[in-house]
Amino acid sequence: MSQPPFETIVVQYGPTVLRVCRAVVGPDAAEDAWSETFLAALRAYPDLPPGSNVEAWLVTIAHRKAVDQVRAASRRAVPSDDLHDEPTSGDLPGGWETELWAALRRLPLKQRQTVAYHYLAGLPYADVADLLGGSPAAARRAASDGIAALRRTYLQDERLDEESRS
Amino acid sequence: MNTSVSNGDPFVSLPEIDEAAQRRLHARLEAAADETGLLDVAYRTLDTPVGALLLAATEKGLVRVAFAREDHAAVLDRIAQLVSPRVLHAPGRLDPAARELEEYFTGRRSTFDLPLDFSLARGTFRRVVLTHLPEIRYGQTASYASVAAAAGSPRAVRAVGSACATNPLPVVVPCHRVVRSDGTFGQYAGGPEAKSTLLTLEAGP
Repeated sequence: MSQPPFETIVVQYGPTVLRVCRAVVGPDAAEDAWSETFLAALRAYPDLPPGSNVEAWLVTIAHRKAVDQVRAASRRAVPSDDLHDEPTSGDLPGGWETELWAALRRLPLKQRQTVAYHYLAGLPYADVADLLGGSPAAARRAASDGIAALRRTYLQDERLDEESRS
Repeated sequence: MNTSVSNGDPFVSLPEIDEAAQRRLHARLEAAADETGLLDVAYRTLDTPVGALLLAATEKGLVRVAFAREDHAAVLDRIAQLVSPRVLHAPGRLDPAARELEEYFTGRRSTFDLPLDFSLARGTFRRVVLTHLPEIRYGQTASYASVAAAAGSPRAVRAVGSACATNPLPVVVPCHRVVRSDGTFGQYAGGPEAKSTLLTLEAGP
């Protein structure tokens, strides 16, 4: 019954959890979600059963924290069309350029979550379904719809950019 | 974990690790953990004339000083097992210890004034021995036999040796000042060169 020092958990999984948080709640709120995730994980860590899938455990916590963030954001964003009113953050850290997040936020939340948990965190669809409810097949459909939509919007924009540059 | 999709992965251009954000988030986690009483063990390393020292502290005080040859990763694993797995690289708590050690290694300090946590010292007699070691003053040495006598068990010479060998707080609790009766230095967790470096430093110029 011995856990590795929590520091190794932060180093090993911190980057993936940050990518997941950025994809689900956006680059600005992501750091709050990450911080709450790792503080909650630190608190619960001594009781984590040995041999647990640490990454899936962290994604589960991050999922709950992100949902809290999304709810809080929708409470704050009383009925305006915030897609147009919010100032854009310009150059965001870590390559989370405004366009990628703009494309992600146009997805329904469930597609965004599915894409993040499967493609960024590498969770199998069965685990994604456990987190979000519904069947693994439904999770697979949501992810493929999400990725298809991102290809249509975000990657299309990039391609056009490149063509117009060349 | 491989997360790439062969065709048109929208995330493929993202870096796996955003170093600046990870540093910022780590610092924030250190502060939040400390504030909420969840930073059970904080650690950092310090470069010294006897190599990189690992310094670890609980809320009670300095709990471990370890030489590089002890394998810092293995020492942290032991701490996670014996003290708490809530272990974070959090240099802030070690600032006073690092400052006093730097003063010591530059000859400006002869005693340490730090709260100490002896929870890694196993066994009553070993703890008794460790509490007597600071009585050997800077620049002096004592034999294992005389430490055994001071600890109240003159015949426990070997036990003094093992108390010194397993001292969780070397340098700060001066087991390096305990030498053989014939004047040779004897064993040391930091290696014979480290013991000699410390005793030479304390002997002065």
